[in-house]
Amino acid sequence: MNAQLLLKLVALGILACVPLTGESFYTELIAKTLVLAIFAMSLDLLVGFTGLVSFGHAAYFGVAAYAVAQLSPKYEAASLWFVLPASVGLSALVALFVGLFVLRTKGIYFIMVTLAFAQLAFFVFHDTPLGGGSDGIYLNVKPTAEIAGWVPFDLDNQQHLYYFILAMLVAVYAFLSRILQSPFGRVLVGIKSNEHRMQSMGYMTFRYKLAAFALAGGLGGIAGFLYAVVFGFVTPELLSWHQSGNVLLMVILGGMGNLVGAIAGAFLFTGMQEVFATWTKHWQLVMGSVIVAAVLFLPGGLAAIPGRIKRSLQGGGSNE
Amino acid sequence: MDFASFLIQTLNSLQYGLLLFLVASGLTLVFGIMGIINLAHGSFYMIGAYLAFVLASATGSLFMAILLGIPLALIFGAFLEWALFAHLYKRDHLEQVLLTFGLILIFEELRSLLVGDEVHGVDIPAMFSGSIQLSEVLSYPVYRLVISGVCIVLAVALYFVIQRTRLGMMIRAGNHDRTMVEALGININMIYRVVFALGVALAALAGMLASPISSVFPNMGSHVLIISFVIVVIGGIGSVWGALAAALIVGFADTFGKVLLPELSGMVVYIVMAGVLLWRPEGIFKKG
Repeated sequence: MNAQLLLKLVALGILACVPLTGESFYTELIAKTLVLAIFAMSLDLLVGFTGLVSFGHAAYFGVAAYAVAQLSPKYEAASLWFVLPASVGLSALVALFVGLFVLRTKGIYFIMVTLAFAQLAFFVFHDTPLGGGSDGIYLNVKPTAEIAGWVPFDLDNQQHLYYFILAMLVAVYAFLSRILQSPFGRVLVGIKSNEHRMQSMGYMTFRYKLAAFALAGGLGGIAGFLYAVVFGFVTPELLSWHQSGNVLLMVILGGMGNLVGAIAGAFLFTGMQEVFATWTKHWQLVMGSVIVAAVLFLPGGLAAIPGRIKRSLQGGGSNE
Repeated sequence: MDFASFLIQTLNSLQYGLLLFLVASGLTLVFGIMGIINLAHGSFYMIGAYLAFVLASATGSLFMAILLGIPLALIFGAFLEWALFAHLYKRDHLEQVLLTFGLILIFEELRSLLVGDEVHGVDIPAMFSGSIQLSEVLSYPVYRLVISGVCIVLAVALYFVIQRTRLGMMIRAGNHDRTMVEALGININMIYRVVFALGVALAALAGMLASPISSVFPNMGSHVLIISFVIVVIGGIGSVWGALAAALIVGFADTFGKVLLPELSGMVVYIVMAGVLLWRPEGIFKKG
């Protein structure tokens, strides 16, 4: 039992208390943030751990969200135990397919090509009967968790939904932590630091990257699924490149290669958005300036701040 | 499709492709020479279109607007390079993505604050406002031909500058090996600034030329940006002639895609890109 674990448990405890306050507005806001945190963690697997800067991650979020809306009957509830695996599986499959193309490229190409494929997915939902045009589709009835007549929880109940999302967050976190400690995860980290070396050690790095890409797509799909359930409608905007940029921003704000950082980044992003929006309707101007300033003056993100303070304190000490 | 409408679509494809070339050529040079991924490049197109709208309303003529707009865009580009992009050369691509993403938000909001969120039109200059009769019912607007003509002149000029002048030699050398160029005593920072300003001006000019036919509207840069990325991917990073060929391919694929496969129109260009990626992941014209 170390201090870090204790800190995580305290944070989890605080998050678990949110719905108990009865503040419906804040409960929904934090539920939304938790969904984005799952999304950010899924991207961090690619950006922070494997070194693949994907600028099209919103595609997998959106595919799963649309899958829920399309797989649910119009006026009755779909079974959660069917639509959740189906939508997540679908986004993992789409990611696997896209990965076959995009992983043939590296560096700047990879960034542009992932963006272009996400844009392709955007147009699929925007222009074809699959999507329902720019207005999107309503999810009239939320999926039900019923198993043979027994209903363990009800997603229409805000508290139940909140705890379901929190449980998914913990599950995704635990799963990713476990994966990253496995030999598979070590190979991914190895690919990030030096892909050629991993290749010369005999690893088929393409397969590992493809597996990571599909996995990240599937986990992003969990976030997309939850988003559709929380808000009850899906629009092509979910797949837009602003969404891809925002999630990348969360990962970087929190410091890449750090799952807790990704969660913190999601909170920081939503927090900034909320605060700036109360100041001015042109809040994106403030947001953009903060981003530009952060890149110029704060390389390494939030997670690097403690190290910087420590270093500057040590530096200050040695000067005296 | 009869001959007249085929001719119209061909001319439209050329005009669209050539206009995209203006945007993509700057993008590919900035990638190739400075190693910078610039998401804000589409914003320069948007800024150009709004400059055309504002200046044409003030002066009453698109010519004057373009004459005034180009130097403004050059100065703006040089300023941005000096203030922001010069700090990005040694950073990784991720930070470049982030900073330029932030710039898009800033540019769009400033546009909203200064000009508003309405859609605006810009008048075609009177001397080009006619159209050429192709058949009894079909005609082709002169202004679109003028755009194509201007773009061809610029492409030739770009060819001349890059292949035949001392500056172009330095640009090509910088594209190839920037450390060596520096070692030869050439001020690479000056070249960076010139290339960046040139790229901004070309994208802005594309926006100014396009403003009468596409009208001027919020977020008009983002579509152009992503299409330009596709062009750079198809053509190969850093290759201006690859960008020209790819821009024409994209122009034809998009225009004829809209006519022949209307339900897939948004996707055709990306499918072409996916095919090129399978065939040559480094782009068609990337050597070595």
